[in-house]
Amino acid sequence: MTHYWFYLLSFIAIISAFMVVVSKNPVNSVLFLILTFFAIAGHYVLLNAQFLAAVHIIVYAGAIMVLFLYVIMMMNFKKESEPSKTTLSQFIATIAGGILLVTLTGALRFYDMPAMAGHADPGAGLVGTLGKVLFNKFLLPFEISSLLFLAAMTGVVLLGKRNSNTN
Amino acid sequence: MQTLHNIPINMYILLSSVLFCIGVFGVLLRRNAIIIFMCVELMLNAVNLLLVAFSTYLGDTQGQVFVFFIMAVAAAEVAVGLAILTMIYRNTGSVDIEVLNKLKN
Repeated sequence: MTHYWFYLLSFIAIISAFMVVVSKNPVNSVLFLILTFFAIAGHYVLLNAQFLAAVHIIVYAGAIMVLFLYVIMMMNFKKESEPSKTTLSQFIATIAGGILLVTLTGALRFYDMPAMAGHADPGAGLVGTLGKVLFNKFLLPFEISSLLFLAAMTGVVLLGKRNSNTN
Repeated sequence: MQTLHNIPINMYILLSSVLFCIGVFGVLLRRNAIIIFMCVELMLNAVNLLLVAFSTYLGDTQGQVFVFFIMAVAAAEVAVGLAILTMIYRNTGSVDIEVLNKLKN
């Protein structure tokens, strides 16, 4: 049963990721990216990482994509259509992406797992287990990430403020 | 738990590689800076998916904590990046990356 779910979610993720790249309208790209994120959240549920699935939906589909939509809405792309790159550049981009894919799959195809795969803990992705690890071993990085958010917030406000001296 | 026995880890590696390469392809192909930014997010998520897959298959919780931190950093990164994009749009009137070639000369 999980087999079919895996293939269905992978199919949705890959197709919508491709549509993100090729769709002309940026709003469509954002919507397809949200679909990709939901498919990836489904993969997290399949992998017994329920907490991360919830956080993924909240942070990515809920916060980051809304930011993208908001910025696109402010910029108003309707009148200008994006000129595409030259055919040579598109050809080179396709070749480069394809070669990278071939290299990655060729290098990792015969990867063999260590023997630990059998006895994984089913509750490893639950909130309690993750919280115990997060607040014991990773307490210092957790606190430092709050500093990162403070710096990001200050930077965004400084960047977004209209400079009154130059205007 | 059945997913661990049914699906080999190689399938997750393959899926992540495909998603990552689609992201690289988008970064190389498009000229709109916002789309390029979204493709970078796509690459980030491919790596996150692989981290979670390995974390589950190895029964190690630390990989999922790592993904949690990556999500936090990605949120900060998106906020700063979109602020920069907004400033670029305000100053140049477009988000075409070909406009931003002042370092070329």
